[in-house]
Amino acid sequence: MKTVFDRPHALIDVPLHYCPGCTHGIVHRLVAEVIDELGIEGSAIGIAPVGCSVMAYNYFNCDMIEAAHGRAPAVATGVKRADPGKTVFTYQGDGDLASIGMAETVHAAARNENITVIFINNAIYGMTGGQMAPTSLPGQITQTSPYGRDVTQCGFPIKVCEMLAQLDGAEYLERVAVNSVKNVKNAKKAILKAFRNQLEGKGFSLVEVLSSCPTNWGLTPQNALKWVEEKMIPYYPLGVYKDRSEEAVK
Amino acid sequence: MTTRYLFAGFGGQGILFAGKFAAYKGLMEDRQVSWLPSYGPEMRGGTASCSVIVSDEPVGSPIVSHPDVLIAMNLPSFDKYEQAVVPGGRIFLDSTLVERPPVRSDVTVTAIPATQLASENGIPTLANMIIMGSVLKAMGEFGEDGVLAALKKVVSAKHADMLDANLKALKLGAEY
Amino acid sequence: MADKVLMKGNEAIAEAAILAGCRHYFGYPITPQTEIAAYMAKRMPKIGGTFLQAESEIAAINMVYGVSSAGKRVMTSSSSPGISLKGEGLSYLAGADLPALVVNVQRGGPGLGGIQPSQSDYFQATRGGGHGDYRMIVLAPASVQEMADLTVKGFELADTYRMTAMILADGTMGQMMEPVDLELTVTPPPAKPWAATGTGMKRPHNIINSLSLVPEELEELNFARYRRYAQIEEKETRWEEYRMEDADVCVAAFGIAARVSKNAVNEARKMGIRAGLIRPITLWPFPKVPFAKAAGQVKEIISVELSMGQMIEDVRLASGCRVPVTLCNRAGGMIPTPEQVLDAIKRAAENGGAAQ
Repeated sequence: MKTVFDRPHALIDVPLHYCPGCTHGIVHRLVAEVIDELGIEGSAIGIAPVGCSVMAYNYFNCDMIEAAHGRAPAVATGVKRADPGKTVFTYQGDGDLASIGMAETVHAAARNENITVIFINNAIYGMTGGQMAPTSLPGQITQTSPYGRDVTQCGFPIKVCEMLAQLDGAEYLERVAVNSVKNVKNAKKAILKAFRNQLEGKGFSLVEVLSSCPTNWGLTPQNALKWVEEKMIPYYPLGVYKDRSEEAVK
Repeated sequence: MTTRYLFAGFGGQGILFAGKFAAYKGLMEDRQVSWLPSYGPEMRGGTASCSVIVSDEPVGSPIVSHPDVLIAMNLPSFDKYEQAVVPGGRIFLDSTLVERPPVRSDVTVTAIPATQLASENGIPTLANMIIMGSVLKAMGEFGEDGVLAALKKVVSAKHADMLDANLKALKLGAEY
Repeated sequence: MADKVLMKGNEAIAEAAILAGCRHYFGYPITPQTEIAAYMAKRMPKIGGTFLQAESEIAAINMVYGVSSAGKRVMTSSSSPGISLKGEGLSYLAGADLPALVVNVQRGGPGLGGIQPSQSDYFQATRGGGHGDYRMIVLAPASVQEMADLTVKGFELADTYRMTAMILADGTMGQMMEPVDLELTVTPPPAKPWAATGTGMKRPHNIINSLSLVPEELEELNFARYRRYAQIEEKETRWEEYRMEDADVCVAAFGIAARVSKNAVNEARKMGIRAGLIRPITLWPFPKVPFAKAAGQVKEIISVELSMGQMIEDVRLASGCRVPVTLCNRAGGMIPTPEQVLDAIKRAAENGGAAQ
């Protein structure tokens, strides 16, 4: 019998705790596939954030470290400096990376720290039950913006890729989405590149993944994917925001 | 035998350096020493001071509040610390910058125009070491070997060319 | 003697850390400890180590967390306000059972406070510094030599017990120069099979973590940690007793306060007052034994501190309230003088026990 679909080795065979329809599972799988394809499971060290993916350390088969909220890039810096031969990646949500951990994110990028950052942007705090995130859209209703995000009171969403692209340090920044088969395939390519960059010593590589949160958005999984397409992507256009290897070619 | 020195003056006069020299001289003679600077923003252009203790016994508190020897390189320092000197103690003044006579009569005061001597002799930054020469002479501690050994410790290899100038300053002070 | 050099306390810590095999330092500038960072910035690149000026104290302590997770000796240093920022990381280090050396060269507080020496972070240090049930090993040097010795000791204790060791110094200790003998005996780090170094596809994955959502399990982790702490209390408590044999007035002081107090004890002795000094070297674990003994021997214990009175609470606990414990202090960056301590000793000798 021919195996046509299997679990990546880098993903442990346990039930994930994510809600039905949540796209964390897809991104976990993409990261694990990339780890398998590059043959780096034995030398990879992952840093889990605080947020929905806090227990990612139970899912990835490589060595894992749980960091304090927002501090994953600092922890990754420490690990990479201590053990430069290892492949170090963080897996962070929008509250973790773009709110409480913004300083750590920006400075790791500015230093061109040779790490890979997987950034899940689902425009909401999932784990604590649906509060406004730094990436929540204008007018978006959340538990802490019950009348819709009022930009005059709480400011505008932060476009992480666009912002980090201003830094001379950052090597590679790309925004992808996982709301369609085509987008998932592109996401995989971007994640592969972000890991490969590290192996090639190129430096700070971040992939922003537009993801869905049906539970806290109050939508069915299908409608949540539609919301990504119709609301998120227009505000957060997909694409490569920085790629120094491309610049060098040009 | 314990000697507690207090060096005080403007930042930039080499107060800490002179103190370090005194501490190293003690160290080279196998004595117990401590050196404690004032630190912080007052160092930048304001008043600098440092406490140095040279002793035959382990040094207790490194803070000198009642010096046996006060080296005052400017008037504010002299005003601030003159009364703190122990009875029978010694005060060394840079008389170029300290123009008033001492109030105390129970201490030995040595006034030496160190800043003026320094500039006349082409070593304008070494008034501190001219006073140190005078201190060592008065304390009966001016042996050229010991002085040179301590100097070699405080003058970094990068500024080895300054060794002679420092030695010249110390001699000027000792011979004044 | 020829080997002895004059060094600032801050530099002695930095050099001792390097001698102890620490090759990773993360810091952020703050007076009066910046010499440590400056020293590391100069030395680390020359010996293949890492010096990194972090974007914040918070980032620095989390970089420490990362290196420690990877199984290497690592340190950070700061002064009081910066240590508050590191509080989060200290708690996570404790929760993940990670070894680290953290230096606090204290200055006056609260808030931004001042930059002159202080001991007012005693509570913060001896009670852990961050949230949750945990301790740090707290070492209080009273000389530049001890700044070096206890740095090495701190790395060893941290590795042995998988926890943070803190050097609790103050601006005076950091800034002063004294002779230091750097022929230090260093025990190499133990094997760290728990570290995140990559599985090499040869073992199940290691997880460095402080999250534990099942209360029964989290309770057991706390119990286990405190069983380890009990061992530390038994084996690692350190103190110095000075002229305590026949003392009937006892001074309790650590760090710079102990140096000042020693002068006062000696002066009191010259006057015929039988004064002695107990100097805690570990503030946690606190040396209960000598104070329990002193409580049955002296008329009064005087706690000399550069704070509003923090260690005094531990002195009272350790002496079982069997003898009056009084405070002789300065705060906000001021340092008690030997005369002030001597006055307190004289009063205690005269009033003996009636002081409270």
